[in-house]
Amino acid sequence: MKLTRRHVLGLTVGAAAFAVAGARISPALASVEDTEKAIMDFTGGIAPGAGKITLTAPEIAENGNTVPISVSVESAMEGDDLVESVILFADGNPSPPVATFHFTEMSGAALATTRMRLAKTQNVVAVAKMKDGSFFMDKKEVKVTIGGCGG
Amino acid sequence: MKRLLIAGVALAAGLTAASWSMAEPVDDTLEIDGKPMITRAKAPEGMPFDEVLSGWLYREAETRDLERDTFENPGMVPVEDGEVLWSKVDGTAGKSCATCHGDAAESMKGIGATFPKWDADSNKPINVELQINKCRTEQMGAEAYPFDKGGQNELTAYIKHQSLGLPVQIDLAEGDMQSWWEQGKELYYTRTGQLDLACASCHEANAGKFIRADHLSQGQVNGFPVYRLKSGFTSLHNRFRGCIRDTRAEMPKAFSDELMALETYVTWRGTGLSVETPAVRP
Amino acid sequence: MASKPRIKVPKTASAGEVITIKTLISHEMESGQRKDKDGNPIPRQIINKFTCAFEGQTVFECDLDPAISANPYFEFNAKVPASGTFKFTWLDDDGSVYEAEELIEVK
Repeated sequence: MKLTRRHVLGLTVGAAAFAVAGARISPALASVEDTEKAIMDFTGGIAPGAGKITLTAPEIAENGNTVPISVSVESAMEGDDLVESVILFADGNPSPPVATFHFTEMSGAALATTRMRLAKTQNVVAVAKMKDGSFFMDKKEVKVTIGGCGG
Repeated sequence: MKRLLIAGVALAAGLTAASWSMAEPVDDTLEIDGKPMITRAKAPEGMPFDEVLSGWLYREAETRDLERDTFENPGMVPVEDGEVLWSKVDGTAGKSCATCHGDAAESMKGIGATFPKWDADSNKPINVELQINKCRTEQMGAEAYPFDKGGQNELTAYIKHQSLGLPVQIDLAEGDMQSWWEQGKELYYTRTGQLDLACASCHEANAGKFIRADHLSQGQVNGFPVYRLKSGFTSLHNRFRGCIRDTRAEMPKAFSDELMALETYVTWRGTGLSVETPAVRP
Repeated sequence: MASKPRIKVPKTASAGEVITIKTLISHEMESGQRKDKDGNPIPRQIINKFTCAFEGQTVFECDLDPAISANPYFEFNAKVPASGTFKFTWLDDDGSVYEAEELIEVK
């Protein structure tokens, strides 16, 4: 077949249509839904509140392979004022769970830093579980840049 | 084919277009574990820039922070592996590096700042990787490390790390270093590959600008081997080859005459910058 | 090359002080999402759990998923009641256990 301009145009439109159709079940949206569902599993259906927890992440990550993130939760870390765990999600990754931190009175402070992988620009979500049964959430968008050379 | 050519030209033209946003290197100072690094130095005579700048200044804050603390720098893992190799006996002579050179902190201090050097035996410049292989084959009775393998990058990084903070200063007066420098300079300015790019197209004419989302630096080599966030620990010749591949040119072999000439010239371009091995880059 | 884990714990502290601990271990953290040159999936192999305990009491734990970067790094706090030993444990998918200890003196 000789490839004419018209053919090329036709193929492009076809490809675009396919992309639009495909978007409805795109993994990104599935990941956002998976994340919401996983948060509800973590909280036992309780909607987490705002405040108390701070998620620190770069606004722009130079490379998605190594993105530094920190969480800190206001707490005396004694008696009933204790953070039991913090769960982290990346809602645009092929698989959203990132890590779960577990704290004790011996932790002294509910603070943790690690490095994570982000497949693309997306939200990172952290949810804290307090000993008194309450939950708090923070969310940050991290833009992941694409390298100039060689992708 | 004609289409392809046009596309290539358009791409290459795009790279020199004025539409690039400017983004200057940051105004920041680097101390590694409290030790000050020279990230800006007066350019050696003959350089087109007034100031030579470490690639560290072109990175985002989070990447810069990773280099300030040797504990947090992921490149220190291979450096510590290199420390183990330094004292590991290998080969028929029953020797390790330490057998002859003792404490690397003493004997290797300055090496990372002064290589490549002239090697009269081979009548060529020699870099740290090749000097290790020379020791291995001639003194230790061991096999030469293949490129990027066997611990070559770990040991090279451990040796260069002993010069952390020292300013780069290579001796072009030795042997024929000057003519290798000339060859390296010629390669640096020669456009190559389907994209028709020279090293200078990105790292001189457009340093400080963005190539897509990547902030182009001067392409200094004072931090190699580097820890790349993208691909982990990376040797200089691997990076050279990667850059050349991205221009869609044939890649010269690691440690070939072309790349040794380029290493000589590019190292000189960073004269006065501190050795940062292992630097952290995207 | 299997490297020993890197750990940063202050040598001394005062009683009840909250200190900062940093750890880094060399590990590929193969996510299970990648394919080899022939297009076959590379099986997941990650460190899936990290724990830090002081004299047998848990200080900090982390369950890791494949989204944690290669060479897992952690920074966290610990309250130090008395002189003693911190024990660090990393569990690999393949069943391997990597362990390390650090002493701290309370003055």
